[in-house]
Order: sequence, then structure tokens, then C-alpha cells
Amino acid sequence: MELVKKVDVCVVGAGHAGCEAALACARLGMETVVFTVSVDSIALMPCNPNIGGSSKGHLVREVDALGGEMGKIIDKTFIQSKMLNRSKGPAVHSLRAQADKAQYSRSMRKVLENQEHLTIKQAEVCELIWERMEDAEKKATKRIRGLKTFTGMIYECRAVILCTGTYLKARCLCGEAITYTGPNGLQAANHLTDSLLSMGIEMRRFKTGTPARMDRRSIDFSRMEEQFGDERVVPFSFSTDPDDVQIDQVSCYLTYTNEKTHEIIRDNLDRSPIYTGVIEGTGPRYCPSIEDKVVKFPDKERHQVFIEPEGLHTNEMYVGGMSSSLPEDVQIAMYRTVPGLENCEIVRNAYAIEYDCINPKQLYPTLGFKDVEGLYSGGQFNGSSGYEEAAAQGLIAGINAVQFLMGKEEIVIDRSEGYIGVLIDDLVTKDNTEPYRMMTSRAEYRLLLRQDNADLRLREKGFQAGLITKMRYDEVLNKKYMIEREIERLKSVRIGAARKNQEFLERFGSTSLKTGSNLAELLCRPELTYENLRELDPGREWLPDDVTEQVEIEIKYEGYIDRQLRQVEQFKKMEKKKIPENLDYDEVPSLRIEARQKLKSFRPVSVGQASRISGVSPADISVLVVYLEQYRRNNKESH
Amino acid sequence: MTTDTIAAIVTALGNAGIGIIRVSGEKSTDVVDRIYRDGKHRRTLKNFPGNTIHYGFIYDGEELVDEVMVSIMKSPASFTTEDTVEVNCHGGVLVMNRILSLILRNGARLAEPGEFTKRAFLNGRIDLSEAEAVMDVISSQNELALKNSLRQLEGAVRNIITDCRKKIIHEIALIESALDDPEHISLEGYPQELGQKLDDLTGRIERLLATAEKGKIIKEGIKTVIVGKPNAGKSSLLNRLAGQERAIVTDIAGTTRDILEENIRLEGINLRVIDTAGIRSTEDVIEKIGVEKARKYSEDADLIIYVVDSSVPLDENDNQIMHMIRNKRCIVLFNKSDLDSRISLEEFRDRLRESQNVDKPEIRILRTSLRENTGIDEFECAIRELFFSGKIETGDEVMITSLRHRKALEEALISLSQVRESLLAGMPEDFYSIDLMGAYASLGRITGEEVEEDLINEIFSEFCMGK
Repeated sequence: MELVKKVDVCVVGAGHAGCEAALACARLGMETVVFTVSVDSIALMPCNPNIGGSSKGHLVREVDALGGEMGKIIDKTFIQSKMLNRSKGPAVHSLRAQADKAQYSRSMRKVLENQEHLTIKQAEVCELIWERMEDAEKKATKRIRGLKTFTGMIYECRAVILCTGTYLKARCLCGEAITYTGPNGLQAANHLTDSLLSMGIEMRRFKTGTPARMDRRSIDFSRMEEQFGDERVVPFSFSTDPDDVQIDQVSCYLTYTNEKTHEIIRDNLDRSPIYTGVIEGTGPRYCPSIEDKVVKFPDKERHQVFIEPEGLHTNEMYVGGMSSSLPEDVQIAMYRTVPGLENCEIVRNAYAIEYDCINPKQLYPTLGFKDVEGLYSGGQFNGSSGYEEAAAQGLIAGINAVQFLMGKEEIVIDRSEGYIGVLIDDLVTKDNTEPYRMMTSRAEYRLLLRQDNADLRLREKGFQAGLITKMRYDEVLNKKYMIEREIERLKSVRIGAARKNQEFLERFGSTSLKTGSNLAELLCRPELTYENLRELDPGREWLPDDVTEQVEIEIKYEGYIDRQLRQVEQFKKMEKKKIPENLDYDEVPSLRIEARQKLKSFRPVSVGQASRISGVSPADISVLVVYLEQYRRNNKESH
Repeated sequence: MTTDTIAAIVTALGNAGIGIIRVSGEKSTDVVDRIYRDGKHRRTLKNFPGNTIHYGFIYDGEELVDEVMVSIMKSPASFTTEDTVEVNCHGGVLVMNRILSLILRNGARLAEPGEFTKRAFLNGRIDLSEAEAVMDVISSQNELALKNSLRQLEGAVRNIITDCRKKIIHEIALIESALDDPEHISLEGYPQELGQKLDDLTGRIERLLATAEKGKIIKEGIKTVIVGKPNAGKSSLLNRLAGQERAIVTDIAGTTRDILEENIRLEGINLRVIDTAGIRSTEDVIEKIGVEKARKYSEDADLIIYVVDSSVPLDENDNQIMHMIRNKRCIVLFNKSDLDSRISLEEFRDRLRESQNVDKPEIRILRTSLRENTGIDEFECAIRELFFSGKIETGDEVMITSLRHRKALEEALISLSQVRESLLAGMPEDFYSIDLMGAYASLGRITGEEVEEDLINEIFSEFCMGK
């Protein structure tokens, strides 16, 4: 009888974080087990049927560039796709696809099932096994030895990745009706929290919610605006052939709430668990329940409602914009006031869910726990929200668990390298009080962090980690070379004030040339594009679309991009100044009390990270820099 | 290590004969050379070796600013171990600030408080044993600078800046929420709207720059007017401050009939003190003119010292004085504490509070006896605190911080003009918010506020978004 099993890595949870983490570990050669309370819920999308969206689309692209799976799966299973913000600058273009939820989940499960070195195990993990350690160089006081399942199996391993999503001590609320389950009525995980608490890990409680699903046959779409996908679909994954994603797309529908809807909600607020105080968890402000919207924005006469299909082989429709924890009878009455939903039949009620998660300041930017060697985590467990945020963290946690096991330096993506960097840095550096959602405004260098150049930014890191093959990496190097060469060429092709050229400019409503110019300068004009300048550029060689796209963006926005590049230089200097893990902040004189407390509680890895902690002033940073120099010289002298 | 070039005034501001502006960093010689000419009108600093000093002139364009001695120190033989240039100029506040501004305009950055010392340490110039002292210098100087900076912000100025920031963050939040949730929030027609708002913001900040000249006060002295009823002790105060019998002091009310003016130095602060005739209804023609003048002077005073004779009851004349000072920065001397008082300090405080503008900060009231020389130290201290921090040592921090304010305002204007350029160039909306954020952060440096979560909070509180 086998009771103890030896593996390299255990991944707890098989949602979007867990899948990426498990795949990364297995692909890098580690014997990996991924645990889930239900194999049928692998890569489940329990809320909206979308992948991507503003800034989230960037994350998916970055996951793909690093060698993750999400982009590939959604390219195979989407049923509608749009590039958002097309009328705005390239930095905020963002892909969003409607997924066939069941297909998405099935496809991801298949990839996991067929992955070498990876085992799927249906079991509730109830306890981590760990031991104390003493290492003067390290902050960690504990190390991972393995874990135990509810049914008594022990898995010995040196690395565990926690991706428990919303399952820890989960509680679902629909008005007065409360069930102690995870999403979709799945079994909650009620034991692991206590084990984590006993290790000294600080837990907190968050909440989120989801709207109702309706029977397509009960909806009158003629009273709604039909929303189509893009004519030419752009794939998420850099490895997907764009010709493969030109499918027949399905439609979504737009309708609105009205005064009547709001009245019903207001009249029944006393039955909403959020307003009666039954829900203790902190909810996210960016996806407020319809109750919240009505209360917080009383002047708004209507709110948008998006009706989106959940898949091709189901009649269920997702009611975007109307998540709620009101009781069932109120939900029915409320939904039925919306044009097109007069006769709607609810398949699944809207509900709110509460769950345990951690305060992520306990993590390094590698997503490893500061105090527990070998313990990593990702996704909603870290206090984030969203499938894409989860996948991104799962991937990084997976990569770094392997780096740790192999004794290599762990990988950190910084704020100037990717949205993933912004996401993780925000999580581990800021005082987050609600589930964290990615937003483009959080990325201060966003002109550099475009979805179109994610491969140029991050494939190298994926190659270093071992998830990207040499061949794919060389492709990117070659692409970079072609871009640079073409930009140089455009800068050097002179365009004189000849009649032919002036006529060309006139045709495009562009001011005529007084003196000579070059193609790059002309390309900076908003009315001219790389494509229409072809006429003035007979010497142009054929280049792939993704190369000319980069050329055009880099030239058109050069001034802005250069400014951000200069800011990044400053930023990098501060990131490079590392703070020793064991620095005793009580020994640093002249720090203000608030700064000292914050630094002690966050334990930043670099001066740069320290400077982003709220309550730490530039003067405190100066003091810290001087202290670090003193510390360095002292250590030098003693060695 | 950081290699940018920094500059600051390193001697105390005031009426000293000579003041020194230090410039440290790779480009220090280049920077100063841009504004320096020797006797033959040549820029020559670059040709000189270290440890030399040179006679010449500082020019602002074609205009001569000052006659100076310039010392050149070459790395590593300087305090910071970097190339350093020190301009020894005439110690006047105006001149020193002008030269510093010129240096900043020509490629140096204003040094953070304690930054020269910090660099000296980081570059190994200062011994390890002194590291703690270095950290102390940095933190105390920063604290001081911050205090002064805030202290210097007049209520009205702060309000304007706060209001501008509020407007800016609202615009950013609108743009950003539309980017994050394009299906809920539209930006149609927005660029035109933003253009108008930019005009308004730019105008307000430009006006602020033109008027927020705290330097003026220091240069000319703080215009201080002493008011009070006849025989309250105003002239005694002037004499005490001036250290000489300037005004004739008698027991007869109404002795000072005209206005007396005296320049007084109070630990680095110039006060232009004006003693006025006591305020009372009078039939005496000459005295009447004096009283009228007192009113006038009070109107444009920077500081009013209201001397109250606590040995006589309050009357209509006190009401008039309180009314006169209701908008002014003021210190009250509750004088003649050596005599039996006819009014309690508490009673007086209540009366005073009622008469003042509601949003005006509490007025300091100090018990003094000018005859017995008590309470004078507290009074001097109060004046200093009113304008600087209590323990100012160099006396230059006020100018530096005000220069910081000006710099920050200028930077905000640059950011706003970049937004304007983006608008004119037809750039997409997401480009606007980048420079709007720059302006927001610059203005925030004046009021000492952190940017942090402002934007996210504004987005969620002002715009309804999300699934």
C-alpha cells in the first residue's frame, strides 16, 4: 500500500494559475502533481466568458511570449474576438475574445493530461508539511517538505505552488440563501487555511460576485443591439497562424437597465447581504454588483447590460454588468425589467462568493514566500482577480519554483518589462485592500509595454527559463534585427521637394515640403502611414506585417517612447540597488517611524521597490542608500 | 552611481558679504561656463586645472548679474569627489537666487537637502564612522525643507494648487476609465473639451508663478506693521527690537503721531518694521492723518503686530483694529503683564476669534511686558516660526524651497504644454493622460502629497465601470 509519494513539485489547484504553473514545472522536467477538487473543473471559467480585455489582453500576450499556454488555448476555443481601443494609441489596443467555456476547459485539460512529467490528482489538499531551518543569509525560517491530502496521502516535495483560487473556506451568497461551497456549487477547501495559519502566514478574506446565466430561448434579442466581432481576427498567441483564426463568429447583445430596475433594487437593499453586513469580505470596485452601481451612481439613468453566449453547445447566456447577491425572487423581478429580458428564465442565479486569500506582501517579486523556502503562490490566492492575472502569476510561480529546485537565480519581470511585472510588483509592494485587477493606468511605462511587442520584450526571458526553444528565440532576434534595419533605412531615404512628392502629399491632405525630408519624418505625420508611403519608396523590400507594424509604431511615437525609455533608465538604477534579505531596519538611524514600520513589514528586495511603498519618502530612501553603503563597506572590511 | 549635476546655495542667505553656490557633478564646469565670462568676456573655465580660483562675471544672456570669484575643483579632490565648481558671489538674496536659477536653467538639477553630503559619503569621501551623522543630516534637512515648504504655502496658493490637481486627476480618470472600459465610457468630442480645460489650468498656474514670489518678502524685508491703541507700547516694542531709542516713549497716549520705520534683522530675517500712531477716534488733525496712514500701511503689511494694553478694558477702538486685521497674518502681544490686568487673555482671545475670518488660522497671542523685558524672546521666536521653522540654521531654506515650488510649477506647465502638443498633433487620447499625470505629480510635490492610489480611487469613485 502506497501512502507516501516523492515528487518535485505539487501544484494546489488547477484553475488558470494552477494550469500554467503545473505546465511550466512539468515542461521544465520536474515531476509535478496538480491537485484539484474536481478534474471536471480544470481551467474552469466560473465568471465571465472572456479572455483578454483592456490590459488583460496584454497579460495573455506576455504569458504567451514567456512560453505559457493561455493564448494558444483561447485561439483554439474563441467564438468571437475584438481588438479593443483600436481608435486609440497602439499602447492601449487590447484583444478580447469570447470563449466557449466548456471547450476552453476541455482543451486545457487535454494539454495537461498529455503533458509529460505531469500528473492530475483529484483530491483536497488539507495540510502543508514543513520544517524549521536556520540560515543566516536567508530571511526564511521554514522550508517545504511536502503536503497531505484529505484522504491521507502524503506527497513529499521541496516545492509547493498554491493556486487555490476562491476555494479556501468559500461561502456563496444569494440573498438569504448561503451555501458553503466554491464557485458553481463545487466543493470548498476547508482545511488548508488552518495549516497555513499555523505556519504564520497572514490570511485575509475577499469577496467577488457573478451575474446570472439565462436560457437563450427566453431572451428577445430583437430588443437589443447586436454586437459583432472584428472582421479580421488577430490571434493572441504569437505562434498561431492568423489564417487559422478567421472563423464564423457569434454575436453578443447590448441592452440597458432602467429606472424600474433601479427601483426594485433600491426597494430590496435590505435583503442584499452586502448591505446588511452579512458579507464581511472586501469586494472589488471595478466589477461592482448592480446594487453597488445603483447606490453609488444614483444619477445614472441606465447601466449597460451585455448578453454573451457561454459557448456554442449550450443555451446559457451570461448577463454582463448585472452581478448581484440579491435573493432569487428579487433577481428575477429585476432582470425582467430589462428590455429583451421580460420573459427571461434564469438557469443559474447570480451570487457573491467569499474566500480566504493571503496578504501578498508576504511574497517576493518571484512569488516565493519570504518566510517559507520552496512555497510559491499565484492567482486569487494572492489577492488578485481575473483569469489572465491568475495565469500570469501561475506561470511566474511555476518558473521560479523550478529555478529554485535547480539552484538557479529566480526570474523577476520588472515594471518596465511587462504588465506581469506591474501586476506582481503592485501585489507585493502596495497595500491592496480589494481583489487586484490589471488596468492600463497602472503601467507607468505603457507606451513600451504594448501587446504588439510582448514577444520582443519577453521571449528572451522565456528562453532563459527554458520554456521557449532556441528556434523561437532566434525568430525574435531576427525580427528585432529587421525592425532596426528598416527604421535606419527609412531615416536615410531622402524625400526632396520635387513636384511628384508634393502631389503625393497633397493627395493625403498633408502639408507640402519646403525643404527635403526623409521617409521617417513623413511617417511621423498622423495622416501618413507606412503603407501609403510605399509610393515614395520604390526601394522597399518585402517585410513581414509584424515587422512593419513595429517600424511604424516606433517611428510615429518616437518622441514619447524615448521619453519613457529615459525614465526607465532611472528606474532601473534604483531596481539594481539590492537590499540584503536580513537587513535590520531598526539599525538604520534617522528613518521616520512610519517608513521603518512599512519597510519592516514589506521587506523590499531593492531600493526601487522600497521607494514604491506608500509612507516611505524620498528622504527615507536617501537615508537607506547611505546605510546600505555603510553596510557594504562594513561587510567588506570584516571579510 | 548617479552622475547628474546638482547645485544649491551652501552659505546662509542674508546680508553676509559673500555667498557660495556649489555645483557638483560631471557637467559642473560646462554648466557654469555657460553663464561665466572672464575680464575679456570669454568663457574660459574649461581650460583651468583644479584647485584654482578665477575672477570674472556672471551673465544672464547679455545682462551682467554679478561680479564673482569662481573656484574649480577636479574629481576626486573636492568635497563630493566629483568635479565641483563654486561660485562666490555677493551675498544678497536676490543675486544668489538669480545665479542659482541660471545654473539650474543651464543643465544642473536643484540638490536635494543633504545631497552634497550624501554624495560625499557614497563616493567614499566621508569616513564610515560618520555615516550616522550623514543620515542625520539628510533626514533632518529634508524634514526642515518639507516643513518650510509647507509653511510657505499660503492658504490661497495651496487652494489653487489643490483645485488644479483635482481638475487634472478628474480628466486623467475620465481618459483612463474609457481606456479600461471602452464599451462603457466614450471619449467622443473629448479632445476639444480638454483643450479648453488646458487653457484654464495653464492660465491659473502661470498666474500663480507670476505672483507666488515669496522671494520678494525676503529681499525687501518682511513688511511688519505695529498697531494698537494709543499708549499700548508700540513704540517701546520698536525700540526694543531696534535696540535704540528711535521712538519717543512717554506715558502720554498719542505721542507717536506719524509713522516711524526701522529695518531690523532678526536672526537672518529682515523685518521692515513700521510703528504707527495709535488707533483711536481723534480730533487732532495731525494725529488723524497718522491714524489714517496706519490703516493704509496695515492693509499691505506682510505681518501685523497688534499690541494690546491689558491694563485697560477693550473698547470700540479695539473692535476697529480687530476688523482691520481680519485677513492679515498677525501676532498679538498682550502687553503690560506687569500691571494689574483689566481683561483676561481668554476673554480677549474669544473676542479676537469672533472678529476674524472663519478660515483664518489661530492667531498667536503672547504675554509680554515691554517695560520689564519679558516675553520678547518668545515673540522673536514666534516671528521666526511664522515664516521659517523654529530651528532654522542656514536661513536659506526658504529661498530654496520657494525655488522648488517655482520649479515644480514650471515643470507642471511644461507637462501641460506637452498635452497641448499631443492634442495639436492629433495623438490618440491615451497620450494625453501621460503628461497630465506629469503635471499632477509636479503640483503634488508642492503640496507634499503622494500620487499613489489617487488615480485608481478617482476612477472608481467618479466613473461607473465594470462587468
